[in-house]
Amino acid sequence: MLSKKRKSYILAMKSVMLISTALTAALVVFLVAFVFIKGIPHISWELLSTKPSYIDGKIGILPDILSTVYIVIATLLFVLPLGVGAAIYLTEYAKNKKIVGIIEYAAETLSGIPSIIYGLVGMLFFCQFLGFKTSLLAGALTLVIMNLPTIMRTTQESLKTVPQSYRDGAFGLGAGKWRVIRTVVLPGCVDGVITGCILSVGRILGESAALLFTAGFAHSLYGILSCLVNPGATLTVALYVYAKENGEFEVAFAIAAILMALTLLINLSATLVGKYFAKKREL
Amino acid sequence: MTKNKIIESVIHGVFLILGLVTVGCVFLITIYLVISGIPAIKEIGLIDFIFGTEWASTAAEPRYGILPFILTSIYGTAGAIVIGVPIGFFTAVYLSKIAKPKIKSFMESAVSLLAGIPSVVYGLVGMLVLVPGIRKLFNIPDGASLFAAIIVLAIMILPSIIKVSMTALEAVPKEYEDASLALGATPVETYFRVSVPAAKSGIAAAVVLGVGRAIGEAMAVMMVSGNVPNMPSLFQSVRFLTTAVASEMSYSSGLQQQALFSIALVLFLFIMLINATLNFFLKKERD
Repeated sequence: MLSKKRKSYILAMKSVMLISTALTAALVVFLVAFVFIKGIPHISWELLSTKPSYIDGKIGILPDILSTVYIVIATLLFVLPLGVGAAIYLTEYAKNKKIVGIIEYAAETLSGIPSIIYGLVGMLFFCQFLGFKTSLLAGALTLVIMNLPTIMRTTQESLKTVPQSYRDGAFGLGAGKWRVIRTVVLPGCVDGVITGCILSVGRILGESAALLFTAGFAHSLYGILSCLVNPGATLTVALYVYAKENGEFEVAFAIAAILMALTLLINLSATLVGKYFAKKREL
Repeated sequence: MTKNKIIESVIHGVFLILGLVTVGCVFLITIYLVISGIPAIKEIGLIDFIFGTEWASTAAEPRYGILPFILTSIYGTAGAIVIGVPIGFFTAVYLSKIAKPKIKSFMESAVSLLAGIPSVVYGLVGMLVLVPGIRKLFNIPDGASLFAAIIVLAIMILPSIIKVSMTALEAVPKEYEDASLALGATPVETYFRVSVPAAKSGIAAAVVLGVGRAIGEAMAVMMVSGNVPNMPSLFQSVRFLTTAVASEMSYSSGLQQQALFSIALVLFLFIMLINATLNFFLKKERD
C-alpha cells in the first residue's frame, strides 16, 4: 500500500504532466486552425497572380512569391558547396583536433546568433561595404551565413554513417584521396544534404528580421536576370509589412495561411525523407 | 612531387578553406559589431549609455540611454522562462516516459511544427488574439505590452525546451530506472526522482537554449509589444534590445544609427554569454 502522501504526489505529477501536454497540443491545433480559417478565404487566384497596384487599390503577392523562390534558390546555391565542403574537411581531412574544435565552436556560435544581428551585419558588409545595396543577393548571402551550420551538421552526420571499410577498400585499390571522396564519400552524404536543404528552406521561408534591411521590402516584378540585384520582400517580410505598417490583415492572414501550409509540407517531407533514408540504411 | 600529389594537396587546401569559412564568418560578425558599435558608446559615454533611463533619439536634445531596453529584454526573457519552462518540462517528461507511441509521434510532429512556424505568424496571431484579449481582460487602454510579448515568447521557446529535454531524458540509462522500480518506487516517482536528476545538465541546456531564443527574437515581439521605449512594466508598451535595433534602423543616420549598432553589440555580448553557458551544460551532459 502506498501512503497517502505518495499517492497525492503521484496524482499531482500525473495531472500536471497531462495538463502541460494537452496545453501544448491545444496550442498547436489552435494556431493551425486559426491561421487557416482566417487566411484561406482570402486566398484567390488574383492575389497570387498579380502585383500590387496603387491605382486600383488592389494587392497581389506574386512579386513576394517570386522573391521568396529566388532567395531560396540563390541561398542554397551558395550554401551547399560551402557547407558540404566544410563537412568533408572536418570528417575526411582534418587531423588536427584543435582546428576541428575551433570550426565546430564557430558553427555552434553562428547557430546561436539572433537573426536581427545577421541582418545588421549583412547590411553593413554586403549592402554597404561590398556595394550590393539593398538587394535579393545581399539577403541571400546573409542567409548563407545563417544556414551554413545547418548544412554542415546534417552532412557531417550522414558522412559518419559511411562505413570506414568503403574508404579503406577504395584506398586499397589504389585510389587517391580526392577520388575516394568523389566516388565513395560524396554519394554517401546525399541524405544529409537533402535533409539539410529541407531544413534550410524552412528556415529561409520563416526568416524576416535578417532580410528586412538586406533584401528590403519592395513589391515589384523583375526578370530572372535582374531580380537578384533589386530589392524585394519575401512572403514573411511582406506579411510583416502588410500587418504592421499597412493594417491589411486579410492579405496578412492569406500569406500566413500559405506559410503555414508550406511549413506543414516541409515538416512532412523532412519526416518522410528521414524515414526513407533510415530504411535504406538498414538494407 | 608528382602531378597527382600536387592536385591532392591543392584539393586539401580548398577543403581547408571551405572549413574555415565558418570561422571567418564569426570573425566578420564580431569585428563588424565591435567596430561599428564602439564609436557611439565612446561619444555617449559607457555609463550614460548602459545606465541611462531615457531613450529619445529623435528629440532636439537626443538622449541615448538603453537601460529600458536591457531591462525589458531581461524581464521579457525571464517571464517567458517562468511560463514556458514548466509547461515544456512536464510535456517532455510525459512524452519521453509515459506517452503511448502514437501520441508521442503525433506530439513530436506538433512540436516540430511549432518550431517551424515563422515568427511573423506568431506576431500576427498575437496582434489579433492576444493584444485585444489582454486589453479586455485587464481593462487597459492598449493590450500591446510586455505581458503580450512574454506569452508569445513563452510559446516560441516551447519547442526548444521540449525537444532538448526529451533528448536528455531519453538518454538516461535504463538501469537507473529499473533499480529504482525494483526498490519499490512507482514509475512516476522514478521519473521525477531518478530520471530527471540524471538528465539535469541536458534540461539546464534546454533552459539556456530557451533564454537564447527569447532574448534574440525580434519580429514577433515587435508586433505585440507596442514599441515605446518605456522602463519595463507588465502592462505597458515596451521596447526590447532586438526591437530597438529593428524599429529605427530604416530611417536612422549619424549618431542615432551608431547608437543602434551599439545596442546590437550589447545584444551580441548577451548572446555570447548565453552560448558559453550553453556549451558548459552541453559538455557536462556529454561526460
